[in-house]
Amino acid sequence: MSTLSVHDHGVVHHEEGHEHHHDTFLTKYVFSQDHKMIAKQFLITGITMAVIAMLLSILFRIQLAYPDKAFPLLETLLGRFAPEGRLDPEFYLSLVTIHGTIMVFFVLTAGLSGTFSNLLIPLQVGARDMASPFINMLSYWFFLTACVIMLSSFFIQKGPAGPGWTIYPPLSALPTAMKGSGMGMTLWLISMVCFVASSLMGGINYVSTVLNMRTKGMDLWKMPLTIWAFFLTAILGVLSFPVLVAGVVLLIFDRSFGTSFYLSDIVVNGQVMPFEGGSPILFQHLFWFLGHPEVYIVIMPAMGISSEIMSVNSRKPIFGYHAMVYSLIGITVLSFIVWGHHMFITGMNPFLGGVFMITTLIIAVPSAVKTFNWLATLWRGNIRFTPAMLFAIGMVSFFISGGLTGIFLGNAALDINLHDTYFVVAHFHLVMGSAAIFGMLAGVYHWFPKMFGKMMDEKLGYLHFWLTFIGAYLVFFPMHFMGLDGVPRRYYAFTEFASMQRWLSVNMFITWAAIMSACAQVAFLYNFIHSIFWGKKAIQNPWQANTLEWTTPVEHIHGNWPGEIPTVYRWPYDYSKPGAEEDFILQTTPFSQTMSSNLPHDFEDNPAGMDELNKWTSTQKANEEVK
Amino acid sequence: MAQIQQEDRINLNAKKFVMWIFIFTSFMLFAALTSGFIVYSGGSGHGLSVILPSSFRYSTIVLIASSVTLFFASRAAKRLEFEKQQMLLWITIGLGVGFLLLQVYGWYILAYKMQIYLVDPNATRSFVYVMTFTHLLHVIGGLIWLISALKGSIKRIPQVKNLYRMEMTSIFWHFLDIIWIYLYVFLLLNQ
Repeated sequence: MSTLSVHDHGVVHHEEGHEHHHDTFLTKYVFSQDHKMIAKQFLITGITMAVIAMLLSILFRIQLAYPDKAFPLLETLLGRFAPEGRLDPEFYLSLVTIHGTIMVFFVLTAGLSGTFSNLLIPLQVGARDMASPFINMLSYWFFLTACVIMLSSFFIQKGPAGPGWTIYPPLSALPTAMKGSGMGMTLWLISMVCFVASSLMGGINYVSTVLNMRTKGMDLWKMPLTIWAFFLTAILGVLSFPVLVAGVVLLIFDRSFGTSFYLSDIVVNGQVMPFEGGSPILFQHLFWFLGHPEVYIVIMPAMGISSEIMSVNSRKPIFGYHAMVYSLIGITVLSFIVWGHHMFITGMNPFLGGVFMITTLIIAVPSAVKTFNWLATLWRGNIRFTPAMLFAIGMVSFFISGGLTGIFLGNAALDINLHDTYFVVAHFHLVMGSAAIFGMLAGVYHWFPKMFGKMMDEKLGYLHFWLTFIGAYLVFFPMHFMGLDGVPRRYYAFTEFASMQRWLSVNMFITWAAIMSACAQVAFLYNFIHSIFWGKKAIQNPWQANTLEWTTPVEHIHGNWPGEIPTVYRWPYDYSKPGAEEDFILQTTPFSQTMSSNLPHDFEDNPAGMDELNKWTSTQKANEEVK
Repeated sequence: MAQIQQEDRINLNAKKFVMWIFIFTSFMLFAALTSGFIVYSGGSGHGLSVILPSSFRYSTIVLIASSVTLFFASRAAKRLEFEKQQMLLWITIGLGVGFLLLQVYGWYILAYKMQIYLVDPNATRSFVYVMTFTHLLHVIGGLIWLISALKGSIKRIPQVKNLYRMEMTSIFWHFLDIIWIYLYVFLLLNQ
């Protein structure tokens, strides 16, 4: 900071916002333009939303396990949404909708990308801040506005939106169709527009920062995999969210102005509606063109975070760094041409279904490349089981077990049976829900010292991990079998059907597993809040990692590095390099200081360095002979 | 010192890059609307079957003219001819407002003379309104940029910043021009 302001004369530096010498409470904690503070704001808002969405899921799990029982407590808590202690069926639909929306968008998109892209992009590429700190701040405030609007829908007469997180018309386009299609749906749409604005502002900033503001020596192939993942995630968001906006704009026109983009031949309450000629399938195309990249927006940051953490804690270079990057790029490109697999049963031309099936199944290739690389990174590593490491391994576990069922669902013929059953619920809760949240938690445990300058408690971390890991499998694994038996998702009380009655006991089991996992989160919340204030003080590089963020001082300063931004000389994964003094070599250590560990392939496009290496090895040999 | 200056130039570049990415997002929005149009008309068998009002043709000419004047304004700014820059910016803003009015007049002709309304069982006609409306919102954003560039020039802000604002404005305004031509040609081909 001080060095910067010394240089401040005469050049156009005032754009930067570096001149905040005297931060007031308002500019430091509220309207902060510092990427580290914005990251914390995103994280804490994201965690709050996650807790709310988790509690909503417990509510509808109780209904599923005990469809005939009345819980007077529920009426006390929810009032008109649970008359006589039983959930109102339409409120059940609202719960499912809002749970999905919050988890997918507010927690795993904004909470995950927003937190870690903001924190790590400038720190790991070596930049003072984002390309546009002001837009970055706006991004957070739009996100918070979106959260508030979404939650406010619980306080209106008819309750929140109810047509599912995919808001398919006609249910979402006709305000009179059901309670959840009214005012709640309008609020959902407004909230989503704010959210998309926030996401776009964030994403644009991330892409621009990664491409333009890397420090000296940081070429693209020296970036940590976290940065690659955030960068490609941001590109996905920038290209796909506008399409959702287009779909939502047309939906708003249908709802409020009476156009017929999505509506045709509709009768509500015996009354023929004036809509003609619209096509609800059009909405599904527009929605899933965003919706499918969205699931990769959710999982790719978790992949990047896990790659980094697993390499650090295995004390080994990540296996197949280039393959990891290319597979991320492959996933990014493929994710745009697979959206049709959500629509196999919409009467799609079977030939088209076949095309989407093939593109979908091809995604298994880059995903498998990543999985095998993670396993190979662990292989014979000097593994340290920190809580972050456990969560990263958990992420890989969920990604495998959830990904395998994706191969079933991507098949156009099998999907006829499996579509909209609990099999789908199990699949995406494992592969993108649990895997992504585990990636996020791994990131929280790993970068907590960087964010707050304190360490989290390890024992509570282990408790949190095991209860959540086991709990998540107990919740989602049985759902596969329900789905194979044809149990449909989103039903209020499917156990009333004679053929599905036997699933009631499984439902009870799942509900209790869910309650146990929810309780486990208390360990995390306590650990998180307690450590912020009373945790052990962190040292500068507690995990002995190579990346740039650990070269910054523990105390946060505006501009990240007190002096010049360090220069980068090597890739981020030089762990346990043979011949090195320690088992990690910072990215900022030049090769000239590590002569004993340099290898010929370090100098592939650097003949001068190669000469030096040869000279050094020949002198070493000569010395040996003298001895 | 040289180091710092270099860094600063990079930072402005990063901001210009932000504008370029924003243009990509905007482009995706319009691409989504036009592909929605194609999917809709392909699936429902509806065609537009409307002869677009001639005011859209005039508005196209006006918008192209505004791009030309903006180009000369940028050149004037680079040559330190601020008076000329301001005059050309005024003309550009005038043409931009003219475009706005012509678009609204086009809607008027569509609705009142040709009885083609936003609400129509043939949604391709609604698409005409939605596309022009979305584009118009972008034009209003572009006008705000133009005004900020003009204000900067009048207030004599440092030349680096003046050029930066001019460049950001130009990128966006020329993009609006190109997008409008894209939409117009798209609608003409489908009429």
